Amino acid sequence: MQVTFILIGASLLIAGGFLIAFIWASKKGQFKDMYTPSVRMLFDDKSPKSDNDENR
Amino acid sequence: MTKTATEHQTACFHCGENCPTGAYRSGEKSFCCAGCRTVYELLNNNELNTYYNIEESPGSTQGNNGEAGRFEYLDDPAIAHRILDFKDDNKARITFSIPQMHCASCIWLLENLHRLSQAVLASRVSFLDKKLSVSFDPNRLRISALVELLASIGYEPEISLDFIDKKKSGDSRGNLHRKIGVTGFCFGNIMLFSFPEYFAPEGLLTSGFQQFFFYINALLALPILFYGAIDYFRSAIHGLRQRTINMDVPIALGISMLFIRSYYEILLLNSAGYLDSFAGLVFFLLLGKLFQKKTFDSLAFDRDYRSFFPLSTRTRRQGRERFIPVTELVVSDRILIRNRELIPADTVLIEGDARIDYAFVTGESDSVKKEVGDIIYAGGRQVGGTLELEVVKEVSQSYLTRLWNEAKPESQPGVDGSSVSSVNLANRISKHFTFAVLGIAAATLVFWWIVDSSIAVKAATAVLIVACPCALALSTPFTLGTVVRILGKSGLYLKNSRTVEELASVDNLVVDKTGTLTTVKQAEVEFAGKGLTTEEQSMVRSLVRQSSHPMSRKIHDRLDVPDNLVLSGFEEKTGSGISCQFGDKTVRIGSRKWTSHGEHSESSPAGTSRVYLSIDSKPHGWFLISAPLRPGMKAVMDSLRQDYSISLLSGDNNAEEKNFRQILGENAALHFEQSPHQKKEFVEHLRQQRAQVLMLGDGLNDGGALAAANVGMAVTEDISSFSPACDAILDAASFDRLHKMIILTRKSINVIKTSFGISFAYNIVGLSFAVSGLLSPLVSAILMPISSVSVVLFTTLSTNWLARKEGL
Repeated sequence: MQVTFILIGASLLIAGGFLIAFIWASKKGQFKDMYTPSVRMLFDDKSPKSDNDENR
Repeated sequence: MTKTATEHQTACFHCGENCPTGAYRSGEKSFCCAGCRTVYELLNNNELNTYYNIEESPGSTQGNNGEAGRFEYLDDPAIAHRILDFKDDNKARITFSIPQMHCASCIWLLENLHRLSQAVLASRVSFLDKKLSVSFDPNRLRISALVELLASIGYEPEISLDFIDKKKSGDSRGNLHRKIGVTGFCFGNIMLFSFPEYFAPEGLLTSGFQQFFFYINALLALPILFYGAIDYFRSAIHGLRQRTINMDVPIALGISMLFIRSYYEILLLNSAGYLDSFAGLVFFLLLGKLFQKKTFDSLAFDRDYRSFFPLSTRTRRQGRERFIPVTELVVSDRILIRNRELIPADTVLIEGDARIDYAFVTGESDSVKKEVGDIIYAGGRQVGGTLELEVVKEVSQSYLTRLWNEAKPESQPGVDGSSVSSVNLANRISKHFTFAVLGIAAATLVFWWIVDSSIAVKAATAVLIVACPCALALSTPFTLGTVVRILGKSGLYLKNSRTVEELASVDNLVVDKTGTLTTVKQAEVEFAGKGLTTEEQSMVRSLVRQSSHPMSRKIHDRLDVPDNLVLSGFEEKTGSGISCQFGDKTVRIGSRKWTSHGEHSESSPAGTSRVYLSIDSKPHGWFLISAPLRPGMKAVMDSLRQDYSISLLSGDNNAEEKNFRQILGENAALHFEQSPHQKKEFVEHLRQQRAQVLMLGDGLNDGGALAAANVGMAVTEDISSFSPACDAILDAASFDRLHKMIILTRKSINVIKTSFGISFAYNIVGLSFAVSGLLSPLVSAILMPISSVSVVLFTTLSTNWLARKEGL
């Protein structure tokens, strides 16, 4: 049963990783605009310049 | 924007407005004005035609574009530093607020700015915020040129003092999201580690595991206390400093008691503590806060004077004219103000024919004549020619700025936006609540100290824990938030949830006539009198184009001739009319007196009004404008007059008194020929008699009255343009549902009261456990979430049910 200690520690670490990922995404503004990307993806994109550029 | 195109009228290819026949063409396309054509040609030449393929007529009407150079002040290094998000040697980024963006075409065009200017590196739109973020090369493109580029394609950014100051405030909602994320994470894990405790207090787990779980819980609780719940402590301390006990005081008390008691039990007594309750409590409270915040995002009402002040003004220094930011105006600067421009600082008139309209400050929209040497206070709007003024006080010390700051202390938002003011019903209770809880805790402590001192502290802290007004704090935001959301869907937009409470207690209804009870939009315009030549029609149309009065707009829409004649000496006198010269001809449009028409015997038919026309002081006839009542008006007024005393205030004459007497009933007070100032005084007078007044106006000349009323509601056909001082905006199409909406607000207050009853019942159960010293962690962990969740469910479901019953 002692292995449970390690498992719990590992699971907390993984969950904590996701938490950090969420905080990072939130700080980067991933949840800021939930509408525009849905429209943007429908445009015919002639110029490669406007996409792949940094998000904010 | 009207999109109706009749047989002989074509819609502008750019903006969809009606075009005068053959006025502006480019190729096969017709346009309503030179501005629209310019935009089209610019886009066409740059192969940006896709703009017109995504949506039909996506542009906005091009008004008079200001002259070149008016953005030059933006290049000033100090200003640039304040408005740029980021800058290094070859890249800079700036975020603009562009209220004109409204469709997918806008997004497409704004994100393809780099095709119009090589120096633009990239541009991104955030559609819901109406924000555009542009990265550009500052060596090749100045900020002013960028703004001019945007203005030239019809997307002039909104740049005001407010815009600059807002740069500093961070994004608080993202912060709340993170708090909920962290708290939710800790809460979920604490619940998992607490489960064994619920089902098998001892035996199932070896004591090693048990202790391990306790310590993990203790660790997980730290981020909740120091990150998730920190705002409640701040707000409670802030409240206590101002000697008020707000709802956050008992919450902070309960949270800290839970935490301290749990740590004590875990570290010294080796038992579970109440960390599960603690985590759940903070998590639910934060969810409530998010819900409350969401309802405010839809419309930005909280504009203040800074949103209306111009950012720059034309200044003459050492004989040179240039635009400088108003914040840099110093005493004895000479500034130039043109027609319809706002005066940014307290000044003395040096030169020019000054007619100042203070509608923005006082709600009194008659313009005041000023002589050379008179002081002109900030906030006035020049109506007429250009003025030269000398600054006597800086912007921050001007009369208006102080007036604004003094007049509005009660509506200042709380520490965290608006949540403090919006829970005022709850706040009223929270003071008594806090003292009652402290009293019961003290009594418990004393009682058990005498009877059995070993559990005295335990029982007393249990009282503080279980009495934490979680349910109480959640019920108000959830109920009012739901109401605000439902009303918003039905077409009534409230400034904040406090307006719901105000609206519920209204007993007096004051309505404006034109534009409120009657609709100007579907008005029919007929000309009666001598026939007009095409040239005369053109003059009339060019003149009314200068005015934003609804009647002028109607006449402008009705006529079908070019409206681009050169005019001079334009004058607008509110309540009377407009006039100007075309060469040597004077054209006047407006009231009978204004246009020197004589009396005439026959009165105009019901629901119509006349706008008279004279050319060179010779009466020429009148436009008969019929403004029909809004659909459903009769029915909604019939039901409203059962519950409220109704007053009608109208700026027009009493020709229609009989009609409105029929609609509004025998008891209604009808007042005609009211100036904006009289309207305001009328509302103030009612309020002095302790009436709770709801003022309904169309926001153009009712500004003062709207501000004076408990609830000022602007009725508008177009919800994106409205006047500054109002608490609510009613979409004109929803007018027939007004009474149902008010009934819903009343019922929602009952829902809150009922939910208070429910949470008190929970508290009594919890307290009876607590005072008898029996509050186990398990009871607390079950009771507290159940009380919160059930109260939230009750308020949300019952409010929705009530709304459905009312048919909203």
